[in-house]
Amino acid sequence: MTKSTIKRGVSLYSFQEEMFLGRMGIEDCVAFASSIGAKGIEILPEQNMPTFPRIDDAQIDWWRNLMAKHGTELTCYDMFLDTKLRKDRLMTDEEQVESIRRDLTLCNRLGIRNMRMLVFIRPDILAKCVPYAEELDVHMGVEVHAPWHLEHAWILRTIEEADRLGTKHLGILPDMGIFVKHYPPVYRARFERQGARPEVTQFIVDQHEQKVMAEYTIYEVAVKMRGNKAEVAMAETLRHSPYANPKRIREYIPYFRHIQAKFYEMNADCTDPSIAYDEVIGALARGGWDGYLSSEYEGNRWIQDVQEVDSREQVRRQHVMFDRLITGGESI
Amino acid sequence: MFDKYLIVDGTLRNLGPATAPTGFAFDAKLGYYRGLGLSMIEDLTISIDGVAVPRTAVRFDEGPGPLTLDEMETAYDRRWAFGATATIGVEYPGGFPSGRHQLSLTERLRVSYLPFPSINSDSKTLEVRK
Repeated sequence: MTKSTIKRGVSLYSFQEEMFLGRMGIEDCVAFASSIGAKGIEILPEQNMPTFPRIDDAQIDWWRNLMAKHGTELTCYDMFLDTKLRKDRLMTDEEQVESIRRDLTLCNRLGIRNMRMLVFIRPDILAKCVPYAEELDVHMGVEVHAPWHLEHAWILRTIEEADRLGTKHLGILPDMGIFVKHYPPVYRARFERQGARPEVTQFIVDQHEQKVMAEYTIYEVAVKMRGNKAEVAMAETLRHSPYANPKRIREYIPYFRHIQAKFYEMNADCTDPSIAYDEVIGALARGGWDGYLSSEYEGNRWIQDVQEVDSREQVRRQHVMFDRLITGGESI
Repeated sequence: MFDKYLIVDGTLRNLGPATAPTGFAFDAKLGYYRGLGLSMIEDLTISIDGVAVPRTAVRFDEGPGPLTLDEMETAYDRRWAFGATATIGVEYPGGFPSGRHQLSLTERLRVSYLPFPSINSDSKTLEVRK
């Protein structure tokens, strides 16, 4: 077991079900994270700050005091960019840069040094924001989110832009949804509830298990098997369920400081049925990476139609797994 | 996303005089994991028993005051916050039909990073409490 200095954190995204329903507030989420040793808190201001973008100094103080009270720190600011704000036209380049500068300013006021950049933002727009990010010492990490992956040409353009500028303030931010080794059981179960036949869902799972390229399976299901709506929709999720090579992440360590630890479901024995965390964390540890693995539970949308969502229990199980993979299980 | 929670239970009520209602209203939430500016709420379709009411009959108010759906398109300084309820009013002479009927809400959102609109729907069989 490789000992490592990888840190454990949680994105407030993980508790969206309970927050949406008013069953947990921000402080409940932070207190829970701290109680399981997840000391890094990632926030989505557009989710977690109801008055966004108007945030006064009293609100900033509230967040800082909240972190101090629970022994936590803010790790990452998830920004958004409403290029389609207007119905009649896209934002101009100048408007996009101005919107990103607004977020960089708020990120800095909160004392946060990592910003998750949406993957669709153009690399040349990001380049225009680099001087301000450098001034504020905020790392802009482009989210490497499925169906993109580490070596997708669009992602490589950001890497090239960072190299060209010689900056440490532009790079990537991997989302672990690029390492789907096994098809998520919660996906399959929901499609079956929507009318997908078990023999067809088994075929799709088998195809994913063999890493058959998505387009072959989609054609098989849609045309040859005359798949119904749920079956075709399930086959189409294969496009968004890539298994990138975990060994390759180590080479990109110079370009990222934070990871969104996406997951859809944890087993009762604190193992992940889908995402290859054992392989990824091993590669990160061997590379000496010391950033935060920030839980991003996204299972609620797959089960909320039939059962109560317990985001806390899911996050807790993931952190038992992290602790096992990072320290050999000494902390929890 | 969050589809089954969009129409908030227990909020359906008639508007106007009890003897001659002019319409009905209910509380709703945004089917998204963050808040969104009102200009990006492209449409709110309300149906009763599968029949859509005219777009012009719908009013939206997240707090500051009601807007028509056309007015929302340029309401650049207003947002529907995450998990927050807004009031959806519908001009509907006579009010919500008596007895139990299916009320449906479909929210069409212009989410900039998606290549297609985000469409979220909820249907609930409800009646106005006497």
